Amino acid sequence: MPINEKGGAFNPLIVAFCCNWRSYAGADLAGSSRLNYPVNVKVIRVPCSCRVNPLFILRAFQRGADGVIMCGCHPGDCHYTSGNYFARRRTALLFSMLDFLGIEKGRTRVEWVSAAEGAKFANTMNQFAETISALGECKRLEDIRCVESEI
Amino acid sequence: MRRIRDMMRSRAGELLREGTVNRVLGWKNGEFYYDPNPAVFETEESLDGLVYNGFSAAMLSKYLIDATKKEGRILVFLKPCDTYSFNHLLREHKVNRENTYVIGVGCDGMLDIEKLRTLGVKGIKSLDENGDDLVAHTLYGDKTLARRDILLEKCLSCKGSEHKVYDELAVVDDPWQWDTLDRFAKVGELEGMTPDERFAFWRGELSRCIRCNACRNACPVCSCLKCVFDNPRSGVQAKSNADSFEENMFHIIRAFHVAGRCTDCGECSRVCPQNIPLHLLNRKFIKDINAFYGEYQAGADVEGKSPLTEYKTGDVEPSVVYERGGA
Amino acid sequence: MMLKLSKDKIGELFQKLASSRTLYLPIDNNGQVNFGQWTPDAVVRLDQLKTVKSAKDFFFPQTENIVAFKRQGKDISIIENRDQNEPFVVFGVRGCDARSLDILDKVFLCDPVDSFYKARRENGVIVSMACAEPEETCFCGVFGIDAAEPQGDVTIRIIGDNLYWDGKTEKGKALGESVKDLLVQATGQDLEIIKKQDERSREILSMLPLGDLSLDGFEESALLEKFNSPLWKELSQACVGCGTCTYVCPTCQCYDIQDFDTGHGIQRFRCWDSCMYSDFTLMAHGNSRKSQMERFRQRFMHKLIYYPANNDGVYSCVGCGRCVAKCPISMNIAKVIRALGVSVSV
Repeated sequence: MPINEKGGAFNPLIVAFCCNWRSYAGADLAGSSRLNYPVNVKVIRVPCSCRVNPLFILRAFQRGADGVIMCGCHPGDCHYTSGNYFARRRTALLFSMLDFLGIEKGRTRVEWVSAAEGAKFANTMNQFAETISALGECKRLEDIRCVESEI
Repeated sequence: MRRIRDMMRSRAGELLREGTVNRVLGWKNGEFYYDPNPAVFETEESLDGLVYNGFSAAMLSKYLIDATKKEGRILVFLKPCDTYSFNHLLREHKVNRENTYVIGVGCDGMLDIEKLRTLGVKGIKSLDENGDDLVAHTLYGDKTLARRDILLEKCLSCKGSEHKVYDELAVVDDPWQWDTLDRFAKVGELEGMTPDERFAFWRGELSRCIRCNACRNACPVCSCLKCVFDNPRSGVQAKSNADSFEENMFHIIRAFHVAGRCTDCGECSRVCPQNIPLHLLNRKFIKDINAFYGEYQAGADVEGKSPLTEYKTGDVEPSVVYERGGA
Repeated sequence: MMLKLSKDKIGELFQKLASSRTLYLPIDNNGQVNFGQWTPDAVVRLDQLKTVKSAKDFFFPQTENIVAFKRQGKDISIIENRDQNEPFVVFGVRGCDARSLDILDKVFLCDPVDSFYKARRENGVIVSMACAEPEETCFCGVFGIDAAEPQGDVTIRIIGDNLYWDGKTEKGKALGESVKDLLVQATGQDLEIIKKQDERSREILSMLPLGDLSLDGFEESALLEKFNSPLWKELSQACVGCGTCTYVCPTCQCYDIQDFDTGHGIQRFRCWDSCMYSDFTLMAHGNSRKSQMERFRQRFMHKLIYYPANNDGVYSCVGCGRCVAKCPISMNIAKVIRALGVSVSV
């Protein structure tokens, strides 16, 4: 999984956890509307933003992600009524903790994206990729075994 | 504390005799004055070994998860801060209140044997607690230390002498008192640093971790039947710090799993063989919870919900982390 | 031959030793002292009696790579990528840790020989250091260790303003040769000083509170009686099941072998294991020791009965007292020996 193509420009690897009911559909709409967003955004579909275990976010960084973004239904719109409210509290605390440990805070983000917001999805990803490109490779939360070794 | 110990022995004896309880959970004397270990006493005679002194820091609340599943009622001695953990376990239905008889014991602050060693005390044969002082009789002569200088880190910011739950109390009218510090001072200091400085600070601390899991196992609210780090199929290596990522991951997840549940008892830092200030991670979560969702003290009440099991529609957005000031 | 060096030249000694090989010695990291690699700005703490972790790390590291696998198409290639072994010196090893290597040798150097361990043993030189001020948690004398004159390739003593260097083995003498410019011959007066210091140290060692621990009754013939003792339940009930005692122990030698999926291959590594953990010796059917009491018993039965039964009566404990000092709930091998030792009925 080469993130930094040898000799080439830095292409940040971004993992986007998207809720099945709205944000994933939003990503779909962005695609079918032929809106551009970086190819290195890897979308992982989850049943609800509430399904995103903090461990998932850390594991994404372990495996070489340079930024992790979580997208869910707008507050009040959750398919399961309240999942995203819980997710909101968890991510706020987790991101604050990562900041506390000295991990650059721009590397994590939460956006609420509805099924109708294909343009918002594409814009968000473009902006986020820009932020991450400016930050460079994630060195502080990487697992050297996954990133550097040939094995 | 000797007076309290005598009260404990006599009340435990009475309660055993009259059959109110069939076991007593307390601290048993060891080889040295400073090493009492938690123990269950089943007979009145065995209570001679029951001790309570400045080194009875090991919290007994967690043992009740197993102990209260057994036949009969168990007497347990809880210091004020231990009662928070007990309350929290009650809230989560981990302990059976009916099988427990709680005697709240007064506390003069617990002492840190590591601090004694750092101050150059070695070869301890015995110790005497005398009001403001502690006298160490060692192979290399006697040494007197101010109690204030050897208090456990957690006791420096004591939550107070009030017991949150008890059936009866064993306290004295004139406990030893000390000035407490702001528990968030160090967290605030770290928040004021640049990310690079914070990163360097935590690398320095966490790189010492030996993955003994003492912080997790001693934590009264780390009470999962099977921990994610004990599951060989979870893909998270439980036994070794192969690299810095694993150190970070373990400690973030450990602290996160008790966020909103942590009573700030400080056991994690007390038991760490490498003296890593793990309580700072927990206090960071507590500080954030207080700021984002309102003041909350886990274990202060049995009823109600903890911050991560409820929500408000108007909660702050996670973007608060990058919008608020600081580097 | 006793050599000496003025204490203010100790920095030069480290520099010289480190120039030809890696030098490990007790180093302070935020108040905690552990063996670490020497650098000119490291805070060396030879005065620290016990490092948190023992010196076994350099021969049997907590984590080490064994082999890796990579799949390409339908082929699987096996890649040897064990960690490089280079000559090194561990400096300032106390008598207990120096002896612990004998105990590890019996495990790792018997057939089949553990080539990882063997390579490190061959590459490593032990510079041991005499103890002048033991702590109350020490009980190495119970296992016949003389902390005033520890074993090792070289033994050093720091007395007053001098460091005394006593090369004992071929390896140790060769090491002395490499720093001979710094060392001078000790005089008859020095030998008197050393003798006096050794006597004083031995006197203190004889007064240690745990020095009277008796191992009578811990023998193979008592295996079943000890195993079935009702005392295990009582002793183990406080145990929280962490691995502190095993990870700070210089003689604990159990390890686990795990595969790590790096995303583009498999890295097989071994890491220390602890008999206190629920997944220790986990097999398809589950764990053979289901309760903490059984796990707790295993640790002490291994050290005091099983190991000596297989190794000519040598106990798998050196009395360093780290577990005594570090156990979160103050349960330890000394309490176990006291409780079980006297109850022997023959």
